[in-house]
Amino acid sequence: MLEVQGLHKVYDSHGRRVEAIRELTFTVPDGRFACVVGPSGCGKTTLLRCIAGLLPQTGGQVWVEGNPVSGPPPGLAVVFQEYGRSLFPWLRVRDNVELPLRAAGLPRARRRQLAADALAAVGLSDAYRAYPWQLSGGMQQRVAIARAVAYQPRVLLMDEPFAAVDAQTRADLEDLIRTVWRRLGVTLLFVTHDIDEAVYLGERVIVLSAAPTRIKEDLEIDLPAERDQLITRSDPRFTELRAHIYAQIQTSRGAPPPVHPPDRTAAPQEEMS
Amino acid sequence: MRLAGMRLAGTVLGRVGLVLGLPAVLVTIWWIVSADSEHFLFRSLRDILVAFRETWLGPRLVEDVLPSLSRLAQGYAASLVLGIGAGVLIGSSRTLRAVVEPVLELLRAIPPPALIPLIGLFAGIGDTRRVVIIIAGCVWPILLNTVEGVRAVDEVLADTCRSYRVRGLGRLRHLVLRSASPQIMTGARQALAIGIILMVISELQRTDRGIGFAVEQFQTSFRYPEMWSGVLLLGVLGVALSLLFRLADRQILGWYHGLRATQKESR
Repeated sequence: MLEVQGLHKVYDSHGRRVEAIRELTFTVPDGRFACVVGPSGCGKTTLLRCIAGLLPQTGGQVWVEGNPVSGPPPGLAVVFQEYGRSLFPWLRVRDNVELPLRAAGLPRARRRQLAADALAAVGLSDAYRAYPWQLSGGMQQRVAIARAVAYQPRVLLMDEPFAAVDAQTRADLEDLIRTVWRRLGVTLLFVTHDIDEAVYLGERVIVLSAAPTRIKEDLEIDLPAERDQLITRSDPRFTELRAHIYAQIQTSRGAPPPVHPPDRTAAPQEEMS
Repeated sequence: MRLAGMRLAGTVLGRVGLVLGLPAVLVTIWWIVSADSEHFLFRSLRDILVAFRETWLGPRLVEDVLPSLSRLAQGYAASLVLGIGAGVLIGSSRTLRAVVEPVLELLRAIPPPALIPLIGLFAGIGDTRRVVIIIAGCVWPILLNTVEGVRAVDEVLADTCRSYRVRGLGRLRHLVLRSASPQIMTGARQALAIGIILMVISELQRTDRGIGFAVEQFQTSFRYPEMWSGVLLLGVLGVALSLLFRLADRQILGWYHGLRATQKESR
């Protein structure tokens, strides 16, 4: 479970004072999947880093599993966007996945088992002996996810993890993360700039305003629990939700609100005539 | 014609030929040119090789070569420990780096032979003195490269370790040292070359056993084939140590070479 209360963050350096986050308050209950979207530069990554204990907040408090966060808390794993830089290039895939467990003092046999299960969960059982730099981008991100899975966290944070992979790989990874989430029952906070992705993945989407950031809206995604790339994305409700969030973000940015889309059923006949 | 040449170069014979080709040619030329040499200084290669066998493959192996190599090993090992240890400390702290780096740059610019009299004052006249001279030269490339390597640990990787609560000794071992290892190996390689030179220098003009001492003795007693054979021995030792280093490098940095190769390919 994840609780954020009155989070406030100001960057103060080189004589420049930037209020990245004004006030954020929300709770993600146990085992739920929440996505965070917002306009560029709205402090999504700052939020994630504060929750992960990597960045001290200026005000407010974060609780992970009921404990206040003052540094990286136990039982929390982070998957970063730059998969190439977050994996250890001197370790093979299996050793990469095992490293956090090794640092935590787990015995070898148990580590091996957890790593093997995690790699199987992401579909990389055959690649355990490879070095990360021998793998494609999508596979590297899978290794990073496997490492997080093997760690058996209570809370999983993901910072735009699929932004740097191609569209088809992204679709595969999106489905993978839904599967992993269901299996593990983790509390998942997924930060993304991609609105479609946020609606497709989340049970709930938190829309942030532009800096200084507050919560613009907190939407429940009432799509069916079984998500499919083709079916869900062509669901009218998906389109509605996505359009609504897009409009919110556009007004956030100060851009003019989008034009109301034309009636789809009428369009083809009109064009032909 | 060119394609055939490239294909030949790819075979094992081709590759051995490529490595040993020029040396073999040079040695042959040397042999032929110096064959009938009556010159007192530049004796024939044959004489030098005979002197080599007689001088170095006998008791001198134990009396001169081993002590020299042993001092080199001690000095090098101590330099590694000091250089990497201090390097990690200094590289990990921005304030410490800022404070210490100017002094380090000054100290490392002093040629070690210039420090020999000073070292002699503090370290007496025995083996300690010679080992300290080797350390005085070897420690700098290792230390400075370690500082660089430790400083340049990838931020995302460091954040990853923080978030997985990899801290303290584990962090040092799994993140810092491994991340800095390519830089450290660069420093270690430079230090090896310096160490061999200082090993010889530290033995000159002193009454004790060693390769450098022996070569100098031959020179002052006009025994030139033996002197040349000593020079030859140092060359061979240098190559042998360099090969040993390459082996160690491949073991420790295999991942790094693979990574770099991949990056080059994708360009």
